[in-house]
Amino acid sequence: MDDIQQILQSMMREAVSPTTAAVALAVIGLNIHFGYTGLLNIGQSAFMLFGAYGFAIMVDQGHSMWLGVVVGLLLAFVFALVLGVPTLKLRGDYLAIVTISAAEIVRYVGRSVGYEWLFNLTGGAQGIPGSHYRGPFADLSFFPSGDTTLLAFNYHDVAGGSTLVRLVGWLIVIGLIWLTVRIGRGRMGLAGAARTATIAALVVVTALVIFFLVPVGAQNTGVNGWWFTFVAWLLVAAGLVVVLGLTRSPWGRALRGVREDEDAMRSLGKNVFAIKMQALVIGGLFGAAGGMMYVLPTAVQPDALGRNMTFFCYTSLLLGGAATIWGPVLGSLIFWVGRVAIIGISNTYLSSSDYIDVMNGQQTSQFAFIVIGVALMLLVIFRPQGILGDKRELRFNV
Amino acid sequence: MSDSMSPTATATAGGLADPAARRRLMSGVQPEPGSSKPNPILKVDHIVRQFGGMTAVDVEHLEVQRGIITALIGPNGAGKTTFFNLITGFDRPTSAGQGAHWSFDGANLDRTSASRVAKSGMVRTFQLTKALSRMTVMDNMMLGAQDQAGENLAKCLFKPFWGAQEKQVEAKALELLERFKLLDKRTDYAGSLSGGQRKLLEMARALMSDPKMIMLDEPMAGVNPALTQSLLGHIQSLRDEGMTVLFVEHDMHVVRHISDWVVVMAEGRLVAEGPADTVMSNQAVIDAYLGAHHDTDLGDDALLSDAAFEQIEKEVAQEDAEREEEEQS
Repeated sequence: MDDIQQILQSMMREAVSPTTAAVALAVIGLNIHFGYTGLLNIGQSAFMLFGAYGFAIMVDQGHSMWLGVVVGLLLAFVFALVLGVPTLKLRGDYLAIVTISAAEIVRYVGRSVGYEWLFNLTGGAQGIPGSHYRGPFADLSFFPSGDTTLLAFNYHDVAGGSTLVRLVGWLIVIGLIWLTVRIGRGRMGLAGAARTATIAALVVVTALVIFFLVPVGAQNTGVNGWWFTFVAWLLVAAGLVVVLGLTRSPWGRALRGVREDEDAMRSLGKNVFAIKMQALVIGGLFGAAGGMMYVLPTAVQPDALGRNMTFFCYTSLLLGGAATIWGPVLGSLIFWVGRVAIIGISNTYLSSSDYIDVMNGQQTSQFAFIVIGVALMLLVIFRPQGILGDKRELRFNV
Repeated sequence: MSDSMSPTATATAGGLADPAARRRLMSGVQPEPGSSKPNPILKVDHIVRQFGGMTAVDVEHLEVQRGIITALIGPNGAGKTTFFNLITGFDRPTSAGQGAHWSFDGANLDRTSASRVAKSGMVRTFQLTKALSRMTVMDNMMLGAQDQAGENLAKCLFKPFWGAQEKQVEAKALELLERFKLLDKRTDYAGSLSGGQRKLLEMARALMSDPKMIMLDEPMAGVNPALTQSLLGHIQSLRDEGMTVLFVEHDMHVVRHISDWVVVMAEGRLVAEGPADTVMSNQAVIDAYLGAHHDTDLGDDALLSDAAFEQIEKEVAQEDAEREEEEQS
């Protein structure tokens, strides 16, 4: 039981971690590109890297943090223009080719040691340690110092933390999720705003019960502390609100129109190039914001934001459901938490002398990616629209 | 062209619901390729499009009269759709910059993108319908409206800027859907519509932009007879409301029935122009396009008799023999 609780603990830590939120932010941007506009951007990691470099270098060189944020976003903006101008008038595949090459170029330039002035800025492959630029952001914290547990009231406080409380709690969680899914599928006779409100309430209650069952403690303002977590998820929430507003507007409708058929949109008098460019820029800005948030608790390492990151973003997006509002967040959560769960389980049960000992510590992490890869294949075969996607959309060949 | 704005021009356009008025209007026009019209809305000069060595379109001069239905016909490969693409900005003429010149409603279109052409009031549909499959019928319609403030990125997050306009657009879309009998399909995905319904949707969507001229590329292709009738009705009522219609069509019955003026293309060139009943008897047209059997209804069961087949076989053999003779000589 303690093993399980430990695995759950580490999953919970990953779930609320600022890096998960940062990736979710980048995935929200990718959703604008791929999900809504149909732009096959395989270089989202480069947008993240530009955001990260812009922010970290400016702060590292002694400028203000806000200037760093602006420079990071500006770099991503210019990058989007540079990518978009030559490719957006061509067929979609060209954007894919150009973005993946550009992302690699950016990464290689970042890790190059050939030019001293550049090396002094980027730190080459070693990158920039987080301690060089984290300070101003941590100083902004209005949280008191010390440690806090996520939910002050947790299962330890009930009946002496007995196993029974935990089991009942998890049963409640399962029941709540089941209810949420049923309402989500429209089986409970609720519709419109009432349905949305009920689902939102259920999700919040479920999250609270989970927090209650898996108490996570951390520093208030330290690295990976509550301040970082709070800001990261606040940004995600803000991003969701913006995307919700954008996609429900006529502009969002035009995005989807471009995804479906560019020529039809031209025949209706829409400037397809401008719409695609706007989408590319906005998604890229989300990517840059995600990149900044991603490096705040860690370090700027170009290799951490390489092709892998782009593919993780795509996995998260497809998992959650492209062209949905909540898909990116749900997908990122499941992807990163699932990875930690598999690592935890295989560490505990497959690489321990107490149970089965078939792999060493390094292999468990690789094993996690194998499992994720297989899971993704199964997902694409059996639920290609993702968890939240609309199955009706798949009936037509586009 | 200031004359398009003059009151007399508007009066002529308004009174064109009467067939006699249309006949009177076009009676003064010479039935020859490239003839000038009393009040042209579209003027095309020297448009050439070559694909490698093959010349797909080579149109010296064409005028399309305002307020009537003009049909563009021609055999397969005559360049009708390419011509459509060229004047609507979806393709660029090879002769661009070398004398190619076309104007719509007085505005020069020589260097205009497809979206600007549409904005200027000339909206087209496609031979292969382009319904936006994974969007609802209603969303398809709403996209057709022009100058939407909500499509501006700077304003789209703030509903007060576009909420009122959105309501107007919605009302208009519902009205058009009602007219095209698609109202109960409005929440369905466009991809779930039948081929004919997609044609209707595409036409209705084009009308959302209040075009001055609507260009239909084979609107009846693959549509069942009942729906064809209603499509024809819609096209005629558009004309009666003062809109100019230019359409490409293969079906001779349709062309005869509804078009006020027919333009015939063959091998990229204009070969004839004229009112439907006379242009059909033009020898050049018969040779180029219709063949000897243009009067026979291919849906007629009488044609399925053995005698008819023998007759056709004999004619084919005769034609083959003639061709061989020509080649030998």
